[in-house]
Amino acid sequence: MTFGGVSYRTLRVWQRNGDVFLRLWHAELVWPIVEPILIILALGLGLGTFVEVGGDQTYMQFLAPGILAVYPMWASVGECGWGSYVRMSMQHTFDAIIATPVNLEDVIAAEILWGMTRGLISTMYILAVMLAFTPSYGLVDSPLVILVPLVAVLQGIMFASISMSYTSTAVSLASLNYFFSLVVTPMFWLGGVFFPLDSLPRGFQVLAWFLPVSHVAAIDRALVEGNLHWSHLGDLVWVLVVSAVFFRLAIFLMRRRLIK
Amino acid sequence: MDKDAAAVISARRLVKRFGTLTAVDGIDFEVFASECFGFLGPNGAGKTSTIRMITCVSPVTEGELLVDGLDVRHDGRRIKARLGVVPQEDNLDPDLPVRQSLFVYSRYFDIPAPVARQRIDEVLALFQLQDRANEVVDNLSGGMKRRLSIARALVSQPKILVLDEPTTGLDPQARHLVWQKLRLLKGQGVTMLLSTHNMEEAAHLCDRIVIMHLGRILAQGTPADLITSHVGEEVLELQAADQEEKTQVLERLAGLGDVTVEDVEDVVFVLGLGPHGPHVAAELLRQGQKARLRRATLEDVFLRLTGRGLTE
Repeated sequence: MTFGGVSYRTLRVWQRNGDVFLRLWHAELVWPIVEPILIILALGLGLGTFVEVGGDQTYMQFLAPGILAVYPMWASVGECGWGSYVRMSMQHTFDAIIATPVNLEDVIAAEILWGMTRGLISTMYILAVMLAFTPSYGLVDSPLVILVPLVAVLQGIMFASISMSYTSTAVSLASLNYFFSLVVTPMFWLGGVFFPLDSLPRGFQVLAWFLPVSHVAAIDRALVEGNLHWSHLGDLVWVLVVSAVFFRLAIFLMRRRLIK
Repeated sequence: MDKDAAAVISARRLVKRFGTLTAVDGIDFEVFASECFGFLGPNGAGKTSTIRMITCVSPVTEGELLVDGLDVRHDGRRIKARLGVVPQEDNLDPDLPVRQSLFVYSRYFDIPAPVARQRIDEVLALFQLQDRANEVVDNLSGGMKRRLSIARALVSQPKILVLDEPTTGLDPQARHLVWQKLRLLKGQGVTMLLSTHNMEEAAHLCDRIVIMHLGRILAQGTPADLITSHVGEEVLELQAADQEEKTQVLERLAGLGDVTVEDVEDVVFVLGLGPHGPHVAAELLRQGQKARLRRATLEDVFLRLTGRGLTE
């Protein structure tokens, strides 16, 4: 059974990436934990004392769900940016794999699934930190938080697919920088994570609506704060549509690049 | 080799184009079971393009290509399951230990884990890598990586082993060890398809060769037949001191009738002297010329057919 040329063999490639990750896990362990903790503490406790977000919410409470959206985003786009590029163009791993019964479509789907997995791992770290801080700072307010990993899976596929689509056009490792500085960094700062979007001028609000991360942040925020609303269904559909479009686009572009 | 056997690979009017560039220009060939078949040609001859079509990673532009009776256009996965591919450039998993890297590879073929473990032990022993089984691949030498690449291709017990320039870039020791292993496999009846621009390699390993140039097949046959039919038994090599002397010698040789003279910069190659060879050489030596009569090699055939200029 295949879906758009993708077969069950995609799991073999996902497993391969997992095996390499487990081999090098100690090198990958510190960064995804330390940075989100630093951000929550430094911005939440430090800067946060000067910031009023309305109601009886502290800045740290406002910030934490957003961190759940953006750090896993970095993990997924990084994996399908630097990671996939190195495997594709420098280690020629894709070439090795497509010489077996595994096809390129399987490889690309696996890279995206693996990018999602890296995001999910990051989500679990941050969630653990938030739960650990909850008794002191009241970060998690609702049992709906249990749905956050599900959102992480969807957002992971979306960000990994977007990143993979860009990687398929990259001419060098350095050219990935354009994507990170022009696409990912703006999403990081302007996706409604560090300040509410309605504090922006109207034009910017419209622009921010088009950033995928703002929809993920909105859903995560609702799940953590326990104020899920019908409007979040719109955010979810937005994420699903963007994921489907970029997943197909990544496979199409990679075929064009690599099958000659 | 059994000539009556059905071909395991057969190409008819096979064409590969990249935009306006024709890399493979309508070639026909057949590879039979248990033989070692070689594509010999300079860089840009179309060898790798042909191999990439056979291994189903590059679509056929025109013509027909069957591998083990299956059409590369429709049965890519099934064909790839029956091939062992050794690429031109190593593409091993650098971060994994040797044994694990082979195990990861075996999963792409859906080989059950216990079977894979046993086969991995066998191929590591065959390629003298068992002592390195737990070493990270990146720490291996170039020669060991090449052996590991071949070992990896054998884990799936392929029907056909496809090797794209298997010894390019290796030092002589490492190259001879690889050749020894490939002869061993050949002895076991493994069908091999090899591309190379190394004449010695082709002469060493191949039962039959096609010589490719600019996307076409110029000649095919056994190495020995190709040498006798295109060059003859011996080649006279002559280094003339100056132009005047060279002209004299060339006139003298022209008088011999049916010989081929190739005048290349400061060296003159004389082919097809036949029984005249020894006394012509002796005469030139008496005149104080730097002449040398030697056995013809595949390299002479190759250079004769593909020309002595650079093709790229």
